[in-house]
Amino acid sequence: MTRKQLSQRIAFSTFTLISLVVVAILFVILGFIIVRGASVISWEFITGKPEEGMTKGGILPAIVGTGCLIVGSMIFAFPVGVLSGIYMNEYLGQNRLRRFINFMTNNLAGVPSIVFGLFGMALFVNYLGFGDSIIAGSMTLGLLSLPVIIRTTEEALKSVDDSLRTGSLALGATKLQTIRRVVLPVAFPNIITGLILSIGRVSGETAPILFTVAAYFLPNLPQSMYDQVMALPYHLYVLATSGTNMEESRPMAYGTAFVLIVLVLLVNLLANLLRKTLSKRVKM
Amino acid sequence: MIQAEAKNVNFYYGDFHALKNISMTFEPSTVTALIGPSGCGKSTFLRLFNRMNELIGNTKLEGSVTVDGKDIYARDVQVDEIRKRIGMVFQKPNPFPKSIYENVAYGLRVNGTNKKSVLDEVVENSLKKAALWEEVKDNLRKSAMALSGGQQQRLCIARALAVEPHLLLMDEPASALDPISTSKVEDLIFELKQQYTIIIVTHNLQQAGRISDYTGFFYLGSLIEHDKTQKMFLNPADERTQSYITGRFG
Ligand SMILES: Nc1ncnc2c1ncn2[C@@H]1O[C@H](COP(=O)(O)OP(=O)(O)OP(=O)(O)O)[C@@H](O)[C@H]1O
Ligand SMILES: [Mg+2]
Repeated sequence: MTRKQLSQRIAFSTFTLISLVVVAILFVILGFIIVRGASVISWEFITGKPEEGMTKGGILPAIVGTGCLIVGSMIFAFPVGVLSGIYMNEYLGQNRLRRFINFMTNNLAGVPSIVFGLFGMALFVNYLGFGDSIIAGSMTLGLLSLPVIIRTTEEALKSVDDSLRTGSLALGATKLQTIRRVVLPVAFPNIITGLILSIGRVSGETAPILFTVAAYFLPNLPQSMYDQVMALPYHLYVLATSGTNMEESRPMAYGTAFVLIVLVLLVNLLANLLRKTLSKRVKM
Repeated sequence: MIQAEAKNVNFYYGDFHALKNISMTFEPSTVTALIGPSGCGKSTFLRLFNRMNELIGNTKLEGSVTVDGKDIYARDVQVDEIRKRIGMVFQKPNPFPKSIYENVAYGLRVNGTNKKSVLDEVVENSLKKAALWEEVKDNLRKSAMALSGGQQQRLCIARALAVEPHLLLMDEPASALDPISTSKVEDLIFELKQQYTIIIVTHNLQQAGRISDYTGFFYLGSLIEHDKTQKMFLNPADERTQSYITGRFG
């Protein structure tokens, strides 16, 4: 074996090893939660309300709460984010304003989520008077996911070949028609990626909902968007750190983690499926 | 009669003077070839006629460009109205990632024509004119991306013809194609000239000789010579045309 081949082989083995380690760690985490959590999973756990100081019963209110927050935040953030991305990539061109907006979005993406929580409390809960509510929490989570949605939309649009735009314009299509009929259909499967990433993040965040919507214990399901809700990540936090009987609520905490992970997984699968069908429709 | 005309046109990319005082006329139902070394301004000149240069920022145009006797840069003119009447075929085939049918119907759809019977007829006629119908008539719903490069280019020609343009601009339409597809496209241009006025940029002098009635030779942003193709090739008036045609530069 020459030295060159040898170093090739060493490099290759190193990379393989590292990726195996990463995958292994992931499996250990998942396995740990599945082993600890699966034993509490039951129909009652998923459809029931917490009982006896959250040591018994189920977590339905938290599941419903997180569902509301995912839907609410995306209703708000997805259109706003996608429209901003379109505006930036298709209308702004490469100028100072665009670089400035980019700079600000990047900064926004780096802001710790607890700061979003505080801001959400100040603006939505207090100033706009929504109180602790689904709408206040959703908007806070929506703000948090805006940078990711804007960024992925921009990238998705950037990767659309310019010759398609010129081809469409040369046929007498307006800019808006070009975007709607040619650019967006091509970019949409990739825009969905931004949605997936955001949903994953939104469903797991605790800090932004702490002061804006999350309830410590609220067995009743929400009746309107002005109600408070329980949410999976916060419920997990409560069970793990401040339950009335920590020893006994521990299995419930693992069960909650299990449900949270499965929920995120399901959302990802669904979104991936959506993306596949969409890109198939584009390619046909 | 004059179909299209550029009069004392100067064009600038920023400070760069890309077209220098060019005047040129195009008669109906003729093919005019634009030739010249790379970077001499052929594409820039071509794009004046459907205002595609406007998509590039920081440019300036002086002089006038008229199509069918109308100044297409006049203030009251809607740019998408202009582009509807002037078809363009690009160097690289650029079909939309839609079906063959939707590609051809696109120009009509964006103009608000969605009636199926109308679209069906236009799609068929345009594909026939572009000599593609026989190859795709059973697969109109198939993706245009699945066609070969030569078929894609003919599809793009069909797409441009579907809106019934008065003028057809072609920027090296055959340069990315194999010899067989190239000769198909050339035959096609010969056919199309009955109905359309065609301006075509080409680097292939034999091609210019085969298909064009008139030829314009560009050099460093100027139009050096513009005459009947036969005359240009056999007996050019300018020394620079002579050298280019005989392959001494470019
Ligand atoms: N978008 C642009 N910005 C700045 N300069 C440009 C731009 N497009 C073209 N130019 C310049 O204008 C000149 C003419 O370009 P043009 O593309 O019209 O040449 P061409 O004759 O079509 O060349 P080719 O045969 O290589 O296609 C070139 O010097 C080129 O560098
Ligand atoms: Mg060119």
